[in-house]
Amino acid sequence: MHRVWAIIERDLRRFRRSPALMLMSMFMPLVQLVVLGYAFGGKIQNLKVGVVDEDHGVPAIKLHEMFQAVAANAKTFTPFYYSDKAVAEHDLRNGKINGLLDIPPEFSRKVLAGANPRIALVEDNTDQFSSSALEGALTGMMPAYNSPQVQPRVTAGATLAVVEVYPYVPYIQFLLPGVIVLAIFISAMIGGGIIFIDDKARGLHEGYLVTPIRKFELILGFTLAGALKAIIAGVVLISLGSVIAGIPDPLNPLRMMKMFIVVVATALALISMMFLIMVRVSDPLVPRAIFGVLNTVLYFPSGAVYPTGSFPAWMKAIAIVDPFTYSVHAFKQLVLKNTDLMAVSGDLLFLFVFTAIAMTLATVLFRRTL
Amino acid sequence: MKFAVEVENLTKRFGEFVAVDSLNFNVEHGEIFGLLGPNGAGKSTLIRMLTTLVPPTSGTARVNGFDIVREANDVRQSIGVIPQAMTSDLELSANENLTIFAKLYGIPREKRKKVIPQLLEEVNLTQWADKPVKMFSGGMRRRMEIARGLVHEPKIFFLDEPTTGLDPVSRVSVWEMLARLKRERDLTILVTTHYMDEADKLCDRIAIIDGGKMAALDSPLKLKASIPGKNIIEASFSTVPPNWLETMQKLPEAAEVKADGNIFRISTNNGPRTTVELLEAARAANVTVASLSVQSTTLDDVFVHYTGHQLRDNLQTPSAADSPFIMHRS
Repeated sequence: MHRVWAIIERDLRRFRRSPALMLMSMFMPLVQLVVLGYAFGGKIQNLKVGVVDEDHGVPAIKLHEMFQAVAANAKTFTPFYYSDKAVAEHDLRNGKINGLLDIPPEFSRKVLAGANPRIALVEDNTDQFSSSALEGALTGMMPAYNSPQVQPRVTAGATLAVVEVYPYVPYIQFLLPGVIVLAIFISAMIGGGIIFIDDKARGLHEGYLVTPIRKFELILGFTLAGALKAIIAGVVLISLGSVIAGIPDPLNPLRMMKMFIVVVATALALISMMFLIMVRVSDPLVPRAIFGVLNTVLYFPSGAVYPTGSFPAWMKAIAIVDPFTYSVHAFKQLVLKNTDLMAVSGDLLFLFVFTAIAMTLATVLFRRTL
Repeated sequence: MKFAVEVENLTKRFGEFVAVDSLNFNVEHGEIFGLLGPNGAGKSTLIRMLTTLVPPTSGTARVNGFDIVREANDVRQSIGVIPQAMTSDLELSANENLTIFAKLYGIPREKRKKVIPQLLEEVNLTQWADKPVKMFSGGMRRRMEIARGLVHEPKIFFLDEPTTGLDPVSRVSVWEMLARLKRERDLTILVTTHYMDEADKLCDRIAIIDGGKMAALDSPLKLKASIPGKNIIEASFSTVPPNWLETMQKLPEAAEVKADGNIFRISTNNGPRTTVELLEAARAANVTVASLSVQSTTLDDVFVHYTGHQLRDNLQTPSAADSPFIMHRS
């Protein structure tokens, strides 16, 4: 065992001397948390909607009033009035406005006659997020417009009452679990991939191989050293990340303890996966080349940034074997719902089994000779 | 256990390529044994097999009495190895580098505390013991690695081109250090090098390896005596009359003459006498001597003689097949 400690000691001493590379593994995910957290998922506002009123009747004026109310309060869109429909269409195509509302000439007459009146929304659907926000705002407006002046005593139609179990979760909080796993992954990638292969290429491992250290001691030393650094990155992210993302009671000791267990399980799974990938690699370019691909293939299908339900079958298949999926799921339970450990026991089991399989394969494939 | 290292029909193939071709030799206890050979001769592969880094394709070797395959861990415990690449941990200090390796060899703390300062003193690095190795010069790094290789007090020390890439001053200091360590610690040293002058001065015996095969094996003195001539005269002439080669060959004591244009290379058993006669022959034929040098036979000449590899483009060298007798010496 003292030989295993020698390998770990050496790695940690070196980490202390030049922490720059490892600090990057924590910095990048934090930047991603803040930037992506605020870039996505916020409410879309200040869309520009061109309005062409070809009717000018009283029912149309009621619509104008409602547009003004939206512009003043929810600020989803601001109406811009056009007298010429052709000019408005031209502006829509040139991207000056996001949508065009056309109130047709017969609108008022049809409203009063109860003859299926329609207004048209022509939208710029190249930006789906904006167009669906616009559609949502206008669709929501129509029942209010249609509701009778006097409410009937008994409502005949069924309505849906939504009860939210947890307080509103902003996207930055939804993103936090993925970012914690990302930090552990980058740390494993740098420690278990890039630095490991660089040491190998520089002949450092040759120095170890001529000593009486056993194969298993060597692998255990490398794994534990890599896992320790990944755990440090994970701990920084669960604490600092929770504060930045504005999780209520961010440093709750009990939740931190539970999250620490998931951090350890994740670090072991990812570092052993990295060793399995790198066990026969000796070219220092390889880990650098596959870094980006591996990151994308593991991170995005895991449900860290978008729910897995929307994925095509092949991406769901990746998600099933991807250790990210289980870590992200476990962190989501703990970060967003503060569940007990039983709720994440399945995830922990997967991560430990994954570690055991990857480590066994890496040990079998590892060569004690050059 | 009669020998420090016993090598028997040791062979290493990489696919079709035979890097080491059934080598046989023994290394005596307490000698400095030099492995000389051109690049790609198989020296590093041989060292890597003997230090358990590369498994042999066939044949066996025993290091300190242990089989390199079956008793690899016992071999590892009894040898110190300085690989060709600089393998020190640049971020760590000399002290830390040595400590980590002492731990890898399972040396208890009390002993570490005694041995490491002593070793750093022996390689003159005490002053820099706590500075990171990345601040060291190439020579200092090598010395640190030599200390690192000795941390478990091995019996046999393997060094793969320990002075390659070092400046002349560092080279001398590394070799002096090795000679002293060998005396003080009763080490057996196996070393590969490109530098003939170093091998000549320091090695007790030298094996010349070429194409994975043993071309010659003996002490530097005997190796030099084994090739024709004691001195080498190299002369260039402004003009070369017809039959000049014959004239040169007829010079007294001349053993072998090779000509390349105006340059003549003459092996002789009596340098001064042949030189005087050469100058007189030149004067008689009215030929101007453009340049002239007389040297003792060096290991370079031995190397060229046995490997058949040219050191300079303008020289023809006899092939190793010319002297088959040397093959049977080992």
